[in-house]
Amino acid sequence: MVSGALGKLYRDGEEIIRQGNTGESMYVVQSGRVEVVQSTENGGVQHLAHLEAGSFFGEMSVFEKEVRSATVRAAGEARVLKIDKKTLMRRIREDPLLAVNLLKTMSHRIRSLNAEIAHRRETQL
Amino acid sequence: MGFSSETSVADAFADLGSDSTGEFELRDGSRIAVVGGGPSGSFFSYFLLKMADAIDLELEVDIYEPRSFQYCGPAGCNHCGGIVSESLVQILAAEGIVLPDSVVQRGVESYVVHMDVGDVAIESPVHEMRIAALYRGNGPRDGGDTPLESFDGFLQGMATDLGAQVVRQLITGVEWPDGRPELEFADHSTKTYDLVAVAAGVNSNFIKMLDDHPEGFEPPKTTRGYICEFQATEEEILRILGSSVHVFLLDIPRFEFAAIIPKGPFATVVMVGDDLDEELVHAFLSDPVVRRTFPTDTVPCVCSCKPLINLGARKRPYGDRIVLVGDSGVTRLYKDGIGAAFRTGKAAATTAVFHGVSRDDFEQHFWPACKNIANDNAVGRIMFATNTIMKNSRITRRAMLRMAQKEQAKPGARPHMSSLLWNMFTGSAPYTEMFRGTFHPGFIGNLVVGLGGALMPQKKEPKKC
Repeated sequence: MVSGALGKLYRDGEEIIRQGNTGESMYVVQSGRVEVVQSTENGGVQHLAHLEAGSFFGEMSVFEKEVRSATVRAAGEARVLKIDKKTLMRRIREDPLLAVNLLKTMSHRIRSLNAEIAHRRETQL
Repeated sequence: MGFSSETSVADAFADLGSDSTGEFELRDGSRIAVVGGGPSGSFFSYFLLKMADAIDLELEVDIYEPRSFQYCGPAGCNHCGGIVSESLVQILAAEGIVLPDSVVQRGVESYVVHMDVGDVAIESPVHEMRIAALYRGNGPRDGGDTPLESFDGFLQGMATDLGAQVVRQLITGVEWPDGRPELEFADHSTKTYDLVAVAAGVNSNFIKMLDDHPEGFEPPKTTRGYICEFQATEEEILRILGSSVHVFLLDIPRFEFAAIIPKGPFATVVMVGDDLDEELVHAFLSDPVVRRTFPTDTVPCVCSCKPLINLGARKRPYGDRIVLVGDSGVTRLYKDGIGAAFRTGKAAATTAVFHGVSRDDFEQHFWPACKNIANDNAVGRIMFATNTIMKNSRITRRAMLRMAQKEQAKPGARPHMSSLLWNMFTGSAPYTEMFRGTFHPGFIGNLVVGLGGALMPQKKEPKKC
């Protein structure tokens, strides 16, 4: 074990957040990789993305009181840092520009989703 | 929570219109000198360049730092306990600044409070390593070939990656021709800037060179701390201290508090008090409570210093084309100096990029961040004074211990005393919030019960956790 490591260590396949659960934290991948998956209506599991060190996830539950929209689990050994809603909101109140960094990532994700939707529509036609 | 993110963010963006026009506005090619390449200087430079880039503003940033953080001991050291608080670790991560494993010497997940009446381990509320113990420089003098990565070096690298230049020239003076700061160097050369950000801390001579800039500015009030580095093997330090910071509340005259922080193969002893001298340091290191926790007589001390610690700025640390950030200006009382460097550094950078560099700009947009810290410090002084009274009485020490032990032993119990001690020692929450917590009926009730129990005759000391 690396003595300097921050966050919590998750084993391969271990769930960090689960789809449908409530949550009040967002997470940052410190090291390793995590996989984002979503349960489908027919009972299957759809892979959505892999997130590398430095990426964050779970931020949607911080900004809206909705259940988790996807499950995130460790893909191999991963170390993940939990960010409390209270800590984040207190800081955003003091320094609203912090939200810009989160907005940039969320905007990037919307752009990727739009591209994905466009691609699927094209392949359906 | 009485918070509306929409309003705050909207207000912030509405507020981003430039205030200064003409001479005090930063433009393409504006030059900024940052005196000091520690956390406040690097955070200031990093956010200045990041925000300037976001609005396509090209700035020239020179960071004056004579030291190289690749050297061990005083040549690369910034004389600091080296703790990044739980809240700052999270905020940095949200900013996209993830501290690498090579910089963090130990992730901390608990604090152990030691008193003569017993000890109590206070676990992180989320049972996760969210406090970083690290070295500001490249580790202690005489520390051998231990490969360490400096925190200050890491932050400076972030600033240089965005285009800041590190200048290793020694500044010998500052003049103000035409109201602009002109730095003078040992070779008699000079360079004029549009803004000078002073991030030189309180242990540098630079503040004395400022003369009457900003107008009426007086250097912060200071006291001396004591820092000592003990070296063993990483396994030995882990065996003795675990992944915990050990805090001592002892009834030693003039003693405020002290902590022992594990960092890889080293343990850093940090002492804070109003009147620290050799006698007090010796009294602490030879106290039986300290000796039973850490064998200061057998583990060798490889480096020690008595740095100045900022106890609060006396005047507003800004003027036309000058701003003082971090320890040079306003910092948090005793705790979370790196957090204060981050907050004041970013606030000064935001002001300079989006508003301007006049005294009025800093007054309106930078000073509120400093004032929050200064006001919170006033409450912090009350908290530390109360702590001094409580730690000096055996009855109140027992009451505090019993209350925290009960909370830690009962999962799900509301951790009134544990939260207070955790936040006091980790610096994770504002002092004002901690102070408010002490008025909670649960806190008062449990403390009264604890005091009642502590007054009962004791056959034996409470068990150690």
